Amino acid sequence: MANTPDYSWPPMEARKVIGQSPKRLDGPAKASGRARYSSDQNPKDLLFAVYLTCPHAHARVTSVDTGAAEKIQGVTAVHVVSPAGTEIQWQGTEVAAVAAVTEEIARDAVRAIRVVYEVLPHLVKEEDVVQAGARAKAAGEVLKGDPDAAFQQAAVVSEGHYGIPVITHCCLETHGQTIQWQGDNVWVWPSTQDVTHYAGQLGQNLKVPAANIKVKMDYIGGGFGSKFSPDGWGETGARLSQKSGGRPVKLFLDRETEQRIAGNRPSAFADIKIGGGKDGTITAWESHSWATGGFTGGGSPPLPYILDDSNHPIPNKRLVHTAVSTNTGPFRAWRAPNNQQAAYLTCSAIEDFAAKAGLDPLEVFKLNLQYAPKVRQELYQYQFDKAAELSDWKNCWKPRGQNGAGPVKRGLGLGFSAWGGGGHTSQCKVTLHADGSVQVDIGTQDLGTGTRTVITQVAAETLGLPMAAIKLAIGSNDLPPDSASGGSTTVGGVSASTRKAAVNALAKLFDAVAPALGASADQLEAADGQIRVKGSPSKSLTWAAACKKIGAAGVISETGANDQRNPQGLISSGTGGVQVADVSVDAETGIVKINRYVAVQDCGLIINPRLAESQVYGAIIMGISTALFERRFMDAATGAMLNADMEFYKLAGIGDIGDIVVHMDIRPENDKRGVIGLGEPPAIAICAAVGNAVANAIGVRVPHIPMTPDHVLDALEGRNA
Amino acid sequence: MQAFEYSNPASLKEATGLLAASWGEADVLAGGTDLLSLMKESLQTPKRVVNIKSIHELGGISRTAAGLRIGATVTMDELARSAEVRGGYQALADAAAGIPSPQIRHMGTVGGDLCQRPRCWYYRQGFGLLAMKDGKSLVVGGENLYHAIFGGGPAYFVSASSLGPALIALEAKVKLVSAKGSREIPVKDFFVAPRDENTREIALRPDEILTEILVPAAATHSATYEVRQKEALDWPLAAASVAIHMKGPVVGSARIVLGHVAPTPWDATAAGVWLAGKTITVETAEAAGKAAVEGAQPLSHNAYKVTLAKTAVKRALLAAAKVRA
Repeated sequence: MANTPDYSWPPMEARKVIGQSPKRLDGPAKASGRARYSSDQNPKDLLFAVYLTCPHAHARVTSVDTGAAEKIQGVTAVHVVSPAGTEIQWQGTEVAAVAAVTEEIARDAVRAIRVVYEVLPHLVKEEDVVQAGARAKAAGEVLKGDPDAAFQQAAVVSEGHYGIPVITHCCLETHGQTIQWQGDNVWVWPSTQDVTHYAGQLGQNLKVPAANIKVKMDYIGGGFGSKFSPDGWGETGARLSQKSGGRPVKLFLDRETEQRIAGNRPSAFADIKIGGGKDGTITAWESHSWATGGFTGGGSPPLPYILDDSNHPIPNKRLVHTAVSTNTGPFRAWRAPNNQQAAYLTCSAIEDFAAKAGLDPLEVFKLNLQYAPKVRQELYQYQFDKAAELSDWKNCWKPRGQNGAGPVKRGLGLGFSAWGGGGHTSQCKVTLHADGSVQVDIGTQDLGTGTRTVITQVAAETLGLPMAAIKLAIGSNDLPPDSASGGSTTVGGVSASTRKAAVNALAKLFDAVAPALGASADQLEAADGQIRVKGSPSKSLTWAAACKKIGAAGVISETGANDQRNPQGLISSGTGGVQVADVSVDAETGIVKINRYVAVQDCGLIINPRLAESQVYGAIIMGISTALFERRFMDAATGAMLNADMEFYKLAGIGDIGDIVVHMDIRPENDKRGVIGLGEPPAIAICAAVGNAVANAIGVRVPHIPMTPDHVLDALEGRNA
Repeated sequence: MQAFEYSNPASLKEATGLLAASWGEADVLAGGTDLLSLMKESLQTPKRVVNIKSIHELGGISRTAAGLRIGATVTMDELARSAEVRGGYQALADAAAGIPSPQIRHMGTVGGDLCQRPRCWYYRQGFGLLAMKDGKSLVVGGENLYHAIFGGGPAYFVSASSLGPALIALEAKVKLVSAKGSREIPVKDFFVAPRDENTREIALRPDEILTEILVPAAATHSATYEVRQKEALDWPLAAASVAIHMKGPVVGSARIVLGHVAPTPWDATAAGVWLAGKTITVETAEAAGKAAVEGAQPLSHNAYKVTLAKTAVKRALLAAAKVRA
């Protein structure tokens, strides 16, 4: 092909499959239990592996005696992960692992391993930064303008303390894999967000060529940013398999260890001061923030969130951030890293500022959009208005203290979000067979977001076929390489690569068919199951008849890639969203109930509105869980995580969610930007909106998420230090 | 899990014969909702497990001349749906219905509800029932959000029993049977705040089986109110059961018992006494709630539970008296 083909999306009004809302293709398999997750894989001769973990938050391993465990009948292998001399920095660290013919034997064997520790001093709590002492380290200071003078001159100054705790990912399918290392080859069924790169990373640890490692994953039971690498358990599982004569080994973390070490969202705390005019215009910002993401510190929310465009930021600001190192499990990316924290801290402080000024926070947010990136200002204005309309803000929002005389107070609160997106590197192969069948191969993974469905829609749209005509393969490293599903980049990557591969394959088909239709290839189009001459629909061949022209012996097989070059506007990045929580707070129990939750969200061109809405529902459910229930309890004296379970690590149930109203912002001006990912953006603003709604309802700020009875009543009864 | 002998006796006599004089030898299995997790965590490692679900005489709810007899293996779901219970023992029906897990309602038994071990996270992680380390209570200096506000230690866990407060308010007794004989004790005396690590939080002896609950007939108005944050799969943060004998339009006598606030159900006798001779209104119910929490000694993170207990009493009284707030 001499010229670059036209890969651009068909115009909105001409689309037949894209923009429609077919149900997710893997829905029935998942709902019926037929879907086999990696933790469901039970190959012949499977062994079970269990970890022994360290009970201390900080310790040095003095000795590990596995003798008794090795002698237990049914034990096939013991592997020491942390030999004598290892310094352990958090509870739950893997010390040794056992493979056995049953899970029970493996657990008994683990209990028989004798480990001697030298217990060392630990720090596991960071809420009080002063108590962190030397473990708290300065981690950045920004000064702009003259904040001290600006606060002096400001007509309204508000000050507040806010905090959002460490929470865990709490994936329902815990981290791990079923793995077999036999001779020079490794077969592995991991629970991973990155099928393509798993082999390369595991191979380095095992000194096995990546080419010898076969990776397969059909379904994943939750990742949320915590499952990008093979982790230690990939290597440990493989070594146990090898030591067991090459029998396959299932090593998935138990819930307790999952909660302790397999990922968490960093905390963030801040004292924030805002100054501004009587009209609500912010002129000064000062924040002293701190956070922990575990031993390495981590967690630095971008403040002030969104209202910080480099060309026209809030004119006077002072930002001081401190990183606290704790002896707790390490953080991992949690659905929009740093953004949930930043949104909570910023939106809470702005709501308090509005209340201090006696203004409607909706107006204050809108007024201060002048500090948001120019390209997004109009979008946010529209979204604030839309969210206000859908939540009936005008009628339902009342100033603080005017929310009912009885014990149950109603309140409304706002939050907003921004996210990038873009598309990750992706390759797709489209094969057209002479019998008319169509194969689409792409080494990606479906995190439950609907990736299978949208790839199939893009291929069907491009080839002018129904979705049922497309046979899709994903979830294997035998397929064309894709990338990690993270940062909301998957839909951009796979939709662009699939579009290009399908356009390329179609061009080849047009070449084969053109003579029979008495036209040139560039006069042809694929639509409604036909290849036909544009403008002369009578000159056509059915898809099956057209594919016969490929020739019985031949196939058309073409690839397409999404790379970092701009793929003709197929995809883009930069989304915005505005959310409103409508809550009731029982002031006699501190219990917060969600009445209604409104989310307005853009994500460019939407391939499947139903799945997009579903993504937003999922994000809001997860977000409400974080806003009302989730927190990690660390015990200062013992260094233990006390709620490493699903009993006191509380998650929302369906009865706790309330009504969710989702408005996908589908407008031509958004559509023309191309496809943008949606995994993360709708999960950002929920703690912000719920916290603000609670403050609005009861008239005082509840500083710390989650909005639990203790936090709410402590605020109402004046027990906050 | 440590290997154990499993026995499945068909009669009570056989079952009591399988028990031993000290803890750690044999454990009784009914619904298994607590025992199995205790065994998996190696918190209890019995050499023998005695299943009592096959013993017919331990089941069933029946009306007797004296009131109500509830067999120990009656499930919480059977209890919540029983017409006999709902007919005159609303506090009990409320308490059983409040258990927000269908699995536990259907598997868990009334005997198990009374005998279950505390949910204290220090205890469950192996730091002991009193959670002492280097002579100091881990609870007092640590994470005590869900712990006791009454009792003053050394035990700071809260009784996990859902039925205990209601049964005490209704002045019920439990029957405890061993190979040597049987005894009946008030439910109030069944719960014990242990003073040391080797004492259990219930009066059951290791060779005894709790066989039935006897609730006296009484023309009472009763109710239980639980404060629970989540709609499902969550423990109450505080609860109150009340039973009122009316004397015309005023309260003749009242018993108010709090749940999840002390190592035992907490009998707020003074509040009941205060209520005698008064009509139940929003104001008197609120005042009774205040009286019920007098003397509370909240720990560093659980002062909020004082408010919850107060609210639970108020709302239970209003529900029992059918007064709309």
